[in-house]
Amino acid sequence: MIPKSERRKQILVALVENRPGVLNRVASLFRRRNFNVDSLTVGRTHRSHLSRMTIVVDGDKSDGRRIAANLFKLINVVDVSLVSEEPHVSRDLALIKVRAADAEARNTLTQICDEYPARIVDIGPEVAIVEIVGQEDLVEAFIKDLAVLEIVEMVRTGVVAMGRGVRILDSQYEPVVPATMRNGNGNSGFEKYSV
Amino acid sequence: MMLTGAEILLECLLREGVDLIFGYPGGAILPTYDALTKYPQIHHVLVRHEQGACHMADGYARATGKVGVAMATSGPGATNLVTGIATAMMDSSPLVAITGQVTRGAIGSDAFQETDVTGVTLPITKHNYLVMDVHELPYIVREAFYIARTGRPGPVLIDIPKDVQQEKIEFVYPEEEIRLPGYRPPQKARPDEIEEALRLIAEAERPIILAGHGINISGAAAELRELAERAQIPVALTLLGKGAMPEGHPLTIGMMGMHGEAASNLAIQDADLLIALGMRFDDRVTGNLKTYAKKAKKIHVDIDASEINKNVRVDVGIVGDLRTVLTQLVPQVKRAQHAEWIGKIRNWLEDSDERDIINREGQDVLLGAQVINDLWKFTEGDAITVTDVGQHQMLEAQYYPHQRPHSMITSGGLGTMGFGFPAAIGAQMGMPKDEVWAIVGDGGFQMTLCELATAKQENVPVKIAIINNNYLGMVRQWQEFFYEERYYATPMFNPDFCKLAEAYGIPAMRVTSRDQMEESVKFARSHSGPVLIEYMVEKEEIVYPMVAAGRDLDDMIRRPKAGEES
Ligand SMILES: Cc1ncc(C[n+]2csc(CCOP(=O)(O)OP(=O)(O)O)c2C)c(N)n1
Ligand SMILES: [Mg+2]
Repeated sequence: MIPKSERRKQILVALVENRPGVLNRVASLFRRRNFNVDSLTVGRTHRSHLSRMTIVVDGDKSDGRRIAANLFKLINVVDVSLVSEEPHVSRDLALIKVRAADAEARNTLTQICDEYPARIVDIGPEVAIVEIVGQEDLVEAFIKDLAVLEIVEMVRTGVVAMGRGVRILDSQYEPVVPATMRNGNGNSGFEKYSV
Repeated sequence: MMLTGAEILLECLLREGVDLIFGYPGGAILPTYDALTKYPQIHHVLVRHEQGACHMADGYARATGKVGVAMATSGPGATNLVTGIATAMMDSSPLVAITGQVTRGAIGSDAFQETDVTGVTLPITKHNYLVMDVHELPYIVREAFYIARTGRPGPVLIDIPKDVQQEKIEFVYPEEEIRLPGYRPPQKARPDEIEEALRLIAEAERPIILAGHGINISGAAAELRELAERAQIPVALTLLGKGAMPEGHPLTIGMMGMHGEAASNLAIQDADLLIALGMRFDDRVTGNLKTYAKKAKKIHVDIDASEINKNVRVDVGIVGDLRTVLTQLVPQVKRAQHAEWIGKIRNWLEDSDERDIINREGQDVLLGAQVINDLWKFTEGDAITVTDVGQHQMLEAQYYPHQRPHSMITSGGLGTMGFGFPAAIGAQMGMPKDEVWAIVGDGGFQMTLCELATAKQENVPVKIAIINNNYLGMVRQWQEFFYEERYYATPMFNPDFCKLAEAYGIPAMRVTSRDQMEESVKFARSHSGPVLIEYMVEKEEIVYPMVAAGRDLDDMIRRPKAGEES
């Protein structure tokens, strides 16, 4: 039996082929293997055929490695890295709508924002929206402080992360593109794929 | 050349070396069936249920090492494949399943016979495809076969909308290398891993090799034997590892696990080194993980990185192809003797022999164990046996020693009743020169016996041995041991299997006593098509030993020795 040790958050980064269904495959994997996803973000990268996912899971180091190995088994996953195992930068973004209907509340809000990398991005007679970008625990602390005001709505992107230094998670590979799908030249007949 | 999608599919199958498809037609796959009329090089076997198609393709694949192909229509045709695909997935069997789908425009509209098959099979395939552009089809077919048979093999499904099968385009077969950037099956071990493994092997006093399916899949039986003989390391086999090391070889102990040879289980618990090769520490072989092989350091070699440290924490985990890794490792292994350790294991084996029912005189009933053992004897131990799931399966594993890889085919991981008979048809069609026996229970056989018609139609000379105990025997055994003999939903009403066979035009024989055993094999061999033999065996036979689910591996329920029965 594998003992559970030092449970904490494991951050994985996966480079995946940018095709339909890939997110589904990743999500299905987490459900099937009974891994608990804390947050999962997907976005495009500087290479149009690759998307990048940051996945935060609750678990210990060996869970993190097992998840990485399982992710890597997916054919559409090009590379995986357990970035929580290495020096890394991580960010979470939150938009929080708070009730700020009087001068006192607005004052408090400004004061709290000053202590964090946060700013007010929208303000009206009843409510204000504040934005914060930072490491997850900083965002948590900020939200806690904001609780003195009434939080009425909140959205968070989930963590995105990147390893520090020169270990570059990327792939030189270029996708295989059917000839007809290039330049949108529809039914010009079938040529060999360009590789 | 202008070809339809269906023709392109078949052109690509031909280039993958496919000459046999197990399938069942229907609306959404009809364009492909129509195209099959132009491809006489491909033989289509009409099954009687799509599950049978999958099991046949699976049996074919396991017997030949080639990728098996199953085909079905959309919706119910495709969902009928599901059990077969899951079976292949669990046992790493290379399969390509091809399904028709409703036309592209209708996808998502709950059209007639529309099922989201790629969604349904996502967790039970190694990979799957929905073909939305006919130009991609040749690439997808190539990738599918490549993925199915390489690395850790597994099933791949290709779902093709009807209009993609019909669309006509100019076809040029793509000859260039397949590019799958996210798919890089591991090959070699790192030198430091080999060194570490060598050190553990050299230090071990009580080493044991656990040989699994991976040995057979990667073709590493010779390397395994060399390793065992070089350092005199005894070998225990998993169910799917049977054939990896010849049974009867002085270093082969026997199967491990729930119904394994007691000596294997005792040796694992006592060993100071486990060398696990191509096996995955399934709960059926480990028992209670908390007490599993506590005294042992562990080396684990597997092609699938996610298997390392999954159930059992190991000291050296090597991810690679077994044959390649063993080729790196074995020449450097120091020759050694482990006489004392092997002696200890021999004593355990002798104790097992004393308990073995097969060694007892004066049985007045026919036992499943005897039937299997006699089948072994009268087939000269050289048949390919394909089992179903239950007591007869475990008895086959215990009483039919195998000498070579791929000679025993069984659903291990999923334990799929109904697998045996259709898989045997597939195996026989893949290996026409071999003698193939389907060894099935009266329960499991009834799950897929509609394939009797297929066997007859194709005149496949498969030999069906029904081990008829009129019970769902294995479940009855659990009820006897763990549910105070409340035999609920396990006694079976059975048809007259011999008459049933007759109805299909299949010769049949009923065996009720042991002195008919030899004759039954002769009878089976005297026909050129399928034959059915019904062995009427003791109803309440028990498969010993047994490690109850979740118990310690050495906490076995053993058969008492003769004269020691309570
Ligand atoms: C599809 C399926 N359903 C249920 C089971 C559970 N099960 C395992 S063994 C068994 C009994 C098998 O009976 P039979 O085929 O007669 O073989 P026997 O054990 O009597 O040799 C059952 C019901 C299973 N493995 N597969
Ligand atoms: Mg039975």
